[in-house]
Amino acid sequence: MLHNLSIGELGRSLTAGEISSVELARHFLGRIERLNPALNAVITLTADHALNEAAAADRRRAAGDRAPLLGIPLIHKDIFCTDGVRTSCGSRMLDNFVAPYDATVVTRLKDAGAVMLGKANMDEFAMGSSNETSFYGPVKNPWDLSKVPGGSSGGSAAAAAARLAAYTTGTDTGGSIRQPAALTGVTGVKPTYGRVSRFGMIAFASSLDQAGVLARSAADAAIVLQAMAGFDPQDSTSIDTPVPDYSAALDQPLAGLKIGLLREFFEGLEARNSALIHDALKVYRSLGAQTVDVSLPHLPLSVPTYYVVAPAECSSNLSRFDGVRFGYRCKEPRDLLDLYKRSRGEGFGAEVKRRIMTGTYVLSAGYFDAYYLKAQKVRRLITDDFRAAFTQVDLLIGPTTPTPAFAIGAKIDDPITMYLNDIYTIGANLAGLPGLSLPCGFVDGLPMGLQLIGPHFSESKLLNAAHRFQTATDWHHRSPPGYEQ
Amino acid sequence: MNLTRQDVEKIAHLARLSITEQEMPVYVTSLSSIVNFVDDLSRAQTDAVQPMAHPLDGQHQRLRADVVSESDHREKYQANAPAVQAGLYVVPRVIE
Repeated sequence: MLHNLSIGELGRSLTAGEISSVELARHFLGRIERLNPALNAVITLTADHALNEAAAADRRRAAGDRAPLLGIPLIHKDIFCTDGVRTSCGSRMLDNFVAPYDATVVTRLKDAGAVMLGKANMDEFAMGSSNETSFYGPVKNPWDLSKVPGGSSGGSAAAAAARLAAYTTGTDTGGSIRQPAALTGVTGVKPTYGRVSRFGMIAFASSLDQAGVLARSAADAAIVLQAMAGFDPQDSTSIDTPVPDYSAALDQPLAGLKIGLLREFFEGLEARNSALIHDALKVYRSLGAQTVDVSLPHLPLSVPTYYVVAPAECSSNLSRFDGVRFGYRCKEPRDLLDLYKRSRGEGFGAEVKRRIMTGTYVLSAGYFDAYYLKAQKVRRLITDDFRAAFTQVDLLIGPTTPTPAFAIGAKIDDPITMYLNDIYTIGANLAGLPGLSLPCGFVDGLPMGLQLIGPHFSESKLLNAAHRFQTATDWHHRSPPGYEQ
Repeated sequence: MNLTRQDVEKIAHLARLSITEQEMPVYVTSLSSIVNFVDDLSRAQTDAVQPMAHPLDGQHQRLRADVVSESDHREKYQANAPAVQAGLYVVPRVIE
């Protein structure tokens, strides 16, 4: 079945003339029509746009173009500005916003020949770990429709798992690619901070946000990341360092690879979840890797650090949404203050308002030193812990999440319980490190993810380690029941 | 440390957010629990630790040559505006 083929296989099929890009686009559009209503993963469909792009890809191929992503369909998280197409960020605030330009990520994938099928649902303004805060309603996990797919890239993850596209894009500020990838059984990559441009990616927390990919294998993710990564002069935090050939490094043997088991990640992990990770470690040892115990003593402070830094940055970034120049405006504003307050009060959902207010509080006079400055210092301690660990090991390993997917509605009323879902992923964002989640088994029929974290710009090694695991296991080939056909 | 209703009202005003009477107690409770949660940070020993604003050390704001690189897209960008007149954004009267 077309939707179960890898990006490489699809490329070969297209080149061999077995299918056209237009037929491939129609195939995935048909799946979205049939399967998306139950999932609510896609909130804006761009069918005509997709068919035009597919036709253009067919013409490029006929002219001899063999770019690896040419004619391959994707879905973009609705946080990326897409020229002429609504970009909502999962919020009422931008429900009427048609982006007037493309994000760099969108441009790069377009240039590579990608065919955009639509925009994926997400937690509002990327704030959430369950895709329950979206203005457009929750996304369902294709493995069990009563469960969350994770968040904030929940729509992207569900779409990748349900094979509604060959791959999807996401963003990760505190785990928002890796955690939903783990909960839906796909491979999700968050690159090093600065590796992929943030231009045109609606900002949540500027020192933490990174764009990345969700795909069905590390090999597929490598191809996509290749096209997304690289210096962009339009992003002032973009790092100007060459992008290696990620696909070329995939098959390197793992003999001699030193993998650090983070003690803090295994403390308190439930027995069945812990057993899956330990089984995965056996696979790594059989592939020639060595496992070493390491400790990052300040890591337990990563969640409180994040919940000072991220809200502070979001309170600044979201101040641009004021009802004046674009986005939601309240009806009949009495004066300017009322315009601001009610446009924002009505346009934003509860979690977004909670984080804006948390951020405003920690940045306010009298609290700045105790909270924000303190958090930035603890951030350095956490980053130094990672740096020290990487002098002993090449990569760090652990679970991506403490448990498999939880029920929709189970945690939404308690912010702290929800925040603790990101306990394993947040550290990498604070330290700007690349991280990857890959499927490693099931608990009660629900997927669990293994997380790999590497030093800055070690994406090649992460993808290599993930790919080698995927040649020795088949978790990543599993399809949610009902989505195989 | 628990926040009071006045604290939340003040924060909401700074953030230019309207909070309804109904929503107020929920925000007082949840913001208090978040603030209590992040108070854990005070446990960390951070004397002589430099604060970190950027995850990659040694990064500076990149500069570019002072030459014009953008062109006028006002009409395109204002297509999303709630109220526009003669290229200006229309808002309720600011100056009495």
